[in-house]
Amino acid sequence: MASLDDLKKRISSVKSTQKITKAMKMVAAAKLRRAQENAEKGRPYSDKMNNIILNLSNGISDIENAPKLLSGTGEDKVHLCVVMTSDRGLCGGFNTNIIKKAKLYFQKILDEGKTLKIITVGTKGYDQLKRLYVDKIIERISFKESKNINYFDADKVGKIIIEKFEKKEFDVCAIFYNQFKNVITQIPQEQQIIPLNTSEKEENSSEDNYEFEPEEDEILSNLLPKNISTQIFKAMLENSASEQGSRMSAMDNATRNAGEMVDKLTIEYNRSRQAAITKELIEIISGAESL
Amino acid sequence: MSEEYSVEIVNPEKSFLSKNDVTEVVVPAFEGEIGILKDHISIISFLKPGIIKIFSKSGEESFYVNDGIIEFKDNNLSILTSLILNLKDIDREKISEIQKSAEEELNKSDINDQEKYLLDQKLEVLKSIN
Repeated sequence: MASLDDLKKRISSVKSTQKITKAMKMVAAAKLRRAQENAEKGRPYSDKMNNIILNLSNGISDIENAPKLLSGTGEDKVHLCVVMTSDRGLCGGFNTNIIKKAKLYFQKILDEGKTLKIITVGTKGYDQLKRLYVDKIIERISFKESKNINYFDADKVGKIIIEKFEKKEFDVCAIFYNQFKNVITQIPQEQQIIPLNTSEKEENSSEDNYEFEPEEDEILSNLLPKNISTQIFKAMLENSASEQGSRMSAMDNATRNAGEMVDKLTIEYNRSRQAAITKELIEIISGAESL
Repeated sequence: MSEEYSVEIVNPEKSFLSKNDVTEVVVPAFEGEIGILKDHISIISFLKPGIIKIFSKSGEESFYVNDGIIEFKDNNLSILTSLILNLKDIDREKISEIQKSAEEELNKSDINDQEKYLLDQKLEVLKSIN
């Protein structure tokens, strides 16, 4: 059995750990509220953008000549995956869940004999992927310096993707991020952004006659790159809300576990203290008896 | 019948402005300014850098936009833009900053005609504000 001193030290060390996790939980909770607000505020923009694009692509009569960003290159050989993770750790399964989802997709691509290229956004994703896929990672981006998520960061990522697309470096592009549902649940998402997923089109096929100025395809070719940045921005917002939510629940758990541990150790400490006292008493009594 | 309709301006961060009592909006569309009144035909267009003017019962408001896209449908005008500034409380430093980066951009050799046109427009508008 550990000595009394050792137990005392352990109790105080667990207690200080608990203080840290508690503080982190509070900070995450405060940040979560802001991140959630931002995510909600950002939704109208991406929703509207989506709607306009759906309406536009409905108006396009000539699919053959549609912009490549919408219809794809017609091939399906090289896949570009943008894996979006956080820059900081200690947020439970947040990063691992995205990576797990991404790895499944990677495996599928590789099994089909296609080429895989990876862009990582956020340092944690790179750390987890470099062991297996280091030769596939063509770019790593991190926004550690920017305090808040802003559209210009997302635009930078979008421009990189479009530049690579125009150089015909890939055919299909998918992004991976965590969708924020609530504090406990975040759903890892896989979203194809190039070519644009057309399956949603049917449900929203309003037969509106729009006047376009300039022509449809010209608007589309201007709008599609913007849409990519918007989608990435949306993913970044969702991700940051998820990260804080995930961190909050992870830290909450850690605090609770630390509390349990402190209780257990305290009981052990009290028992051994009592045992020591009893032992001393027995020694005294038996010493007195023998006289 | 009232002559009012509603307008909503959103940027990626948030919904910037929403009004229900607008009588006319003038937007700097790519091929020239468009004034939109109630019951305009459904239209989708994109914007060049310029000034959006909103006329409503409560007065006139002007905004600078960098780019954007508008959709008008069923008397709802949506304006999506990545950068918008209210001319009333405009920050001169910010304007000069945008102006400077636009000038730098313009001096690059690898821009195409359309980009050049947009940048020229941008500078012109910015100068007129400043």
